[in-house]
Amino acid sequence: MVIYGLALMGGCMLIGTLAGDLIGYLVGIDANIGGVGIAMLLLVIISRRLMDQGKLSKLAEGGIMFWNGMYIPIVVAMAASQNILAAFGSGALAFILGLAPVALGFLLIRPLAALSPKEASAKIAEEV
Amino acid sequence: MTVLYHFLLEYPLITAFVFVGLIMWISGHLGKATGNRIHGSAIAIVFGLVLAYVGGKYTGGKKGIADVSLFSGFALMGGAMFRDFAIVSTAFGVKLEELKKAGLPGTIALFVSIALSVAVGAAFGAAFGYTSPVDMATLGGGAATFIVGPVTGTALGASSEVIALSVAAGVVKSIAVMILTPLLAKPAGITTPAAAAVFGGLMGTTSGTAAGLAATDPKLVPYGALTATFYTGLGCLLVPSVGYMVLKALFG
Repeated sequence: MVIYGLALMGGCMLIGTLAGDLIGYLVGIDANIGGVGIAMLLLVIISRRLMDQGKLSKLAEGGIMFWNGMYIPIVVAMAASQNILAAFGSGALAFILGLAPVALGFLLIRPLAALSPKEASAKIAEEV
Repeated sequence: MTVLYHFLLEYPLITAFVFVGLIMWISGHLGKATGNRIHGSAIAIVFGLVLAYVGGKYTGGKKGIADVSLFSGFALMGGAMFRDFAIVSTAFGVKLEELKKAGLPGTIALFVSIALSVAVGAAFGAAFGYTSPVDMATLGGGAATFIVGPVTGTALGASSEVIALSVAAGVVKSIAVMILTPLLAKPAGITTPAAAAVFGGLMGTTSGTAAGLAATDPKLVPYGALTATFYTGLGCLLVPSVGYMVLKALFG
């Protein structure tokens, strides 16, 4: 059933968010610390296990994939309901924040890629 | 006309589905018109930000286009609950073993890039007067991707203004990657699968890396996407937790 997929995902999200709140409480910060990330990690592990055991029906998967497909449309709706006008005063900041990591990233490709041994990169090519 | 207006007001969420669907459709076509050099999804988010601007100007409110009653459903559709649910769904079917294929350099790239984004967000954020650790972490999240920013901001309780900035930053990053990758691929050394995996981990924006690599060499797309798919999840995990706590310890 489609709802099984949603229930699985919802369960992961509730546990993840609860864990995030708990971590926040434990370190004395009134905020959700990494809850969505924890939920994603849970879903990765649990869904993989269920799929390997063949316990996740196509319909249940479909329930999850529907939300996967809704991801960008929801982000569009989110972007459209932000207080962008107030942010406009620091509009240059958005450009700096977006461009600086890209510039740094391009500079770091060579040094980091140099870390991979020659045979390893050849192996990647074979496996895929 | 008034009948139609009241009719649409009765189903705000459904009305939002229809309008967002339209935006996606138009953006998809505009994306194709650029030869997919700029991904339709990035254009759609820019559309969203423009709408938020128009809404803010028109109503003087704080919720962008959602303050126009006809579009109030946008706030529900794009609210934190649905958004986080949709983000969690993207983790489905991801294989952690895949990360091994990306190798150590690809994995290091992921962590280095997230740390760099937080540092960039904190440094430039503070320079523009956003000196609270919550704002700095949210802006750092935006420097990671347009998802990590709002997720961090909502989790830590940042203002909509800062969240809007983080989304805008993430979109700038995504589009910059799409445009710059084909131009800089050769000099930056994105010529092998291993380098593409590193590139995906460093840039992190899935749509940006996919579109950028497709315009460079389609054969490299899966390698870049491989690491990039882990980026948003890792960012959502690390930025509001470790990232925020480090910033709080340093500047709180």
